Amino acid sequence: MLLAKLIFKNAFRSKLRSTLTILGISLAIIAFGFLRTVVEAWYAGVEASSASRLVTRNSISLIFPLPISYKEKIRQIEGVSSVSYGNWFGGIYIDEKNFFANFAIEPKSYLDLYPEYIVSDEHKRAFLKDRKGAVAGQNIVERFGWKIGDNITLRGTIYPGNWEFVLTGIYKGRDKTTDESQFFFHWDYLNEIVKKTVPNRADQAGFYLVGVKDPNLAVVISERIDRTFKNSLAETLTETERSFQLSFIYMTEAILMVIQIVSLIVIIIILAVVANTMAMSVRERLAEFAVFKTLGFSGGYILLMIFGESLIITSIGGIIGIICTFPAADAFASAMSNYFPVFIITKETIYLNIAVSFLIGIISAVFPAVRALRLQIAENLMKVR
Amino acid sequence: MGIFFLYSLRNLFKRRLTTILTALGMALVVFVFASILMLSEGLRQTLVDTGTYDNVVIVRKGAVSEVQSGIERHQASIIETQPEVAIGSDGKQQYAKELVVLINLPKRDTDKPSNVVIRGIEEHSLPLRPQVKIVEGRMPKPGSSEIVAGVNIAQRFKGAGIGENLNFALRSWKVVGIFDAGKTGFSSEIWADVEQLMSAFRRPVYSSVIFKLRDSSEFQRFKSRIETDPRLTVEAKREVRYYADQSETMAKFLRILGMSLTVIFSLGAIIGAMITMYAAVANRIGEIGTLRSLGFQRRDILLAFLLESLLISFIGGCTGLFLASFLQFFTVSTMNFQTFSELAFSFNLTFEIIYLSIFFSILMGFLGGVLPALRASRMQIVDSLRAG
Amino acid sequence: MDSIKTLIQVKNVCKSYRRGDLIIPVLGNLSFEIAEGEFLALMGPSGSGKSTLLNLIAGIDKPSSGSIIIDNVDITTLSETELADWRAANVGFIFQFYNLIPVLTAFENVELPLLLTTLSKKERHEHVNLALGVVNLTDRMDHYPGQLSGGQQQRVAIARAFVTDPTILVADEPTGDLDRVSADDVLGLMVRLNSELGKTIIMVTHDPRAAKKARIIKQLEKGSFNAACEADI
Repeated sequence: MLLAKLIFKNAFRSKLRSTLTILGISLAIIAFGFLRTVVEAWYAGVEASSASRLVTRNSISLIFPLPISYKEKIRQIEGVSSVSYGNWFGGIYIDEKNFFANFAIEPKSYLDLYPEYIVSDEHKRAFLKDRKGAVAGQNIVERFGWKIGDNITLRGTIYPGNWEFVLTGIYKGRDKTTDESQFFFHWDYLNEIVKKTVPNRADQAGFYLVGVKDPNLAVVISERIDRTFKNSLAETLTETERSFQLSFIYMTEAILMVIQIVSLIVIIIILAVVANTMAMSVRERLAEFAVFKTLGFSGGYILLMIFGESLIITSIGGIIGIICTFPAADAFASAMSNYFPVFIITKETIYLNIAVSFLIGIISAVFPAVRALRLQIAENLMKVR
Repeated sequence: MGIFFLYSLRNLFKRRLTTILTALGMALVVFVFASILMLSEGLRQTLVDTGTYDNVVIVRKGAVSEVQSGIERHQASIIETQPEVAIGSDGKQQYAKELVVLINLPKRDTDKPSNVVIRGIEEHSLPLRPQVKIVEGRMPKPGSSEIVAGVNIAQRFKGAGIGENLNFALRSWKVVGIFDAGKTGFSSEIWADVEQLMSAFRRPVYSSVIFKLRDSSEFQRFKSRIETDPRLTVEAKREVRYYADQSETMAKFLRILGMSLTVIFSLGAIIGAMITMYAAVANRIGEIGTLRSLGFQRRDILLAFLLESLLISFIGGCTGLFLASFLQFFTVSTMNFQTFSELAFSFNLTFEIIYLSIFFSILMGFLGGVLPALRASRMQIVDSLRAG
Repeated sequence: MDSIKTLIQVKNVCKSYRRGDLIIPVLGNLSFEIAEGEFLALMGPSGSGKSTLLNLIAGIDKPSSGSIIIDNVDITTLSETELADWRAANVGFIFQFYNLIPVLTAFENVELPLLLTTLSKKERHEHVNLALGVVNLTDRMDHYPGQLSGGQQQRVAIARAFVTDPTILVADEPTGDLDRVSADDVLGLMVRLNSELGKTIIMVTHDPRAAKKARIIKQLEKGSFNAACEADI
């Protein structure tokens, strides 16, 4: 096919320029994909959350606890299928840099409410039997090189002192979006010690996790729960897990917005670079286009040539960029594992990258194409190099 | 040489579209670069400048922030009697026991809730913080359910304006004053009487104790003694250090994200400049041959092209910086990753950032233009004349 | 009248080009002299090496072997930097396609070579005005090359060529791109520069009518490889 051959040869006419342009595009695609992945990682918690789990917490704020006596009351509310509870422990493993989420939980009911945390029966049994036992996610087990049976000490921040646990189980995430970097231990173990050291803080749960029979009734059941405790000493706020996760995101909305604006800027930058290249490339060859016209090639043919060239360059750049995004994301993920336990490049991001490359290829070619179409043959035949 | 400069400038003008596009790329990179620096600087100012060097903050050992901390009444009394505490002009100790909790309040515009810091204060809390100034109304009467709100909170949250009421902990609290603490974190807090808060939240312990050192050099001695006292399980920090530590996580996050982006973007801009300059050289091969035959040295050719590249990047850099300066009108209101509390900070433009941005843009211009300029200068005269 | 002195001595000059593995000889052991005040036309078929010879004399190329002595300076021994300085002071160029800098006005184009001297701005401007006067383009001095006709551009180029009062003027097909009238104009100027101002001119041309305006014509042909060159690897 002559057209294809022409397009390809012309696109690489100036190897240096084409290489540089492709490089520029790859970089921009890497940046774009990377930023999107950061935004998605932010929402990872939301993606992984369930609409059939509710979170009940003290209505004042998260830092205030709820009495353990609420468990029974919540369980008796119509529509509730199961209740569990937990406390954010906030312990530090050796160094603050090694951050991971750790919770004291009611072991059986909690794990039942989270089918996406896959624990082998053997580990589950061992965990339930040992008061000092702990279950940790695959991610942190690998990160710190733990083995079943290891003693793990966490330095308490909210509950002071050094707390010792034994690793009795490892969980794997069912889905790609499941956070595999959490650490769970027995609430009873925590409560036992708190009762002895700071008795006025004993018998309190940080939050309740409520399973509902019908997710469509989530809102109704939430209201029922809150009504039950209205005007008591510890009023509650119940919402779906998804809603709960989203509220954290709203609080950091501003930063997210900044990141998204920057993504847009990236696209504009690439556009500028590619448009520049196409404009130069076409300007240099005005005489050639004049010749094509004299030979009888239609305007449409010329359009195809120009758009074709532009698209080849952006496509190659886009592909290289997409491929290189993976190692770049890996590097970022390890540097930022504290903040983003889940950092994966989704299919949507890849599709969007492809779409962006394509779009830029088209837009950059518009002005030069119009110029080539409009040129007067005679005037341009003279512009021989 | 005037003509030298004019030559470069006019050549840029001749290929206007290309020059503008390249400069635009540079401008955007410098914009991102400057904004990141401005944001980090704004964050630093807010958190680090929150706090006075001579003030000491005492929290429970291991607590990362006041919110996690708990200091019992008797422990607070022990600390109060320490000799290092300064005595003020009123004859009393410059000392305050405070309670810090987070409450969820809905924002004015979006109605979405956010965590806000409420600080229970005593008589000396305000004087201990000279950055804080009452701008409207007055301080709450001790023993009452009155509160004062920081300007950021009063603006952004429902019911936090002067004369309005906030409802929490089963009580209604009236806002009797607004205080402004500049860019520091206090502007995002609400203050109330500590005993009232303790009873409302049924928290029988304080979060922290703050006092002014009578002699700044005594800090280390005080710290070692108080941290080894068997009756206490506390940790002492200078107030500035305490707040600096709190921004550690966020600052690091911004830094990593920001620098990764800048590196990627600047590579893109440099490539853009290279493409433009290679094309400029290719276009003027004949001209280069002519100039060399007239007797201009290779060095002169190199400088002329390099100058063009530097001009583009300088123009781009100034434009980007100019645009970034408008960010100063915006305030970022977000949750501090470490303390879970509301934090408002703005973009701060300093002279250092201006120098750095301009330097950065010129550096990009240099890196982008040096190779093409070298190519231009290395050409053989005969070849250039023939090709041109 | 002064005694005629030899200005240019070309001694055993060989020039070959390398194209990949091939060595293509262009000039073979050429030797001749040019007197001061001469107006020489170099003619010959395409590929005869006349332009190459011109380039060697003008100092924009170096011979593979041999020497070229101009006004007692052997330019083949000069370094790149020294050669550039030498050209600035001693050579005036006239190209077939004028080679004016498009972003500079006619005035600035003529001023360009003077920037390489130590003249003050005032002195430079005086020289430029003079030169433009000689070529009769004073009224167009602020025009850009794009606004001038081919003949006018070549006249600006000539002004640029002699504004530094160089030792030799070198012209490569100066009328190649001009119509008959402009060509005659340009040639007339060159004749005046030679006869009235005593400028030594070496011109390469295809055009027999142009050649007629010169005083000596030399033919270069491939067959002018009279002695073997030292093989250069």
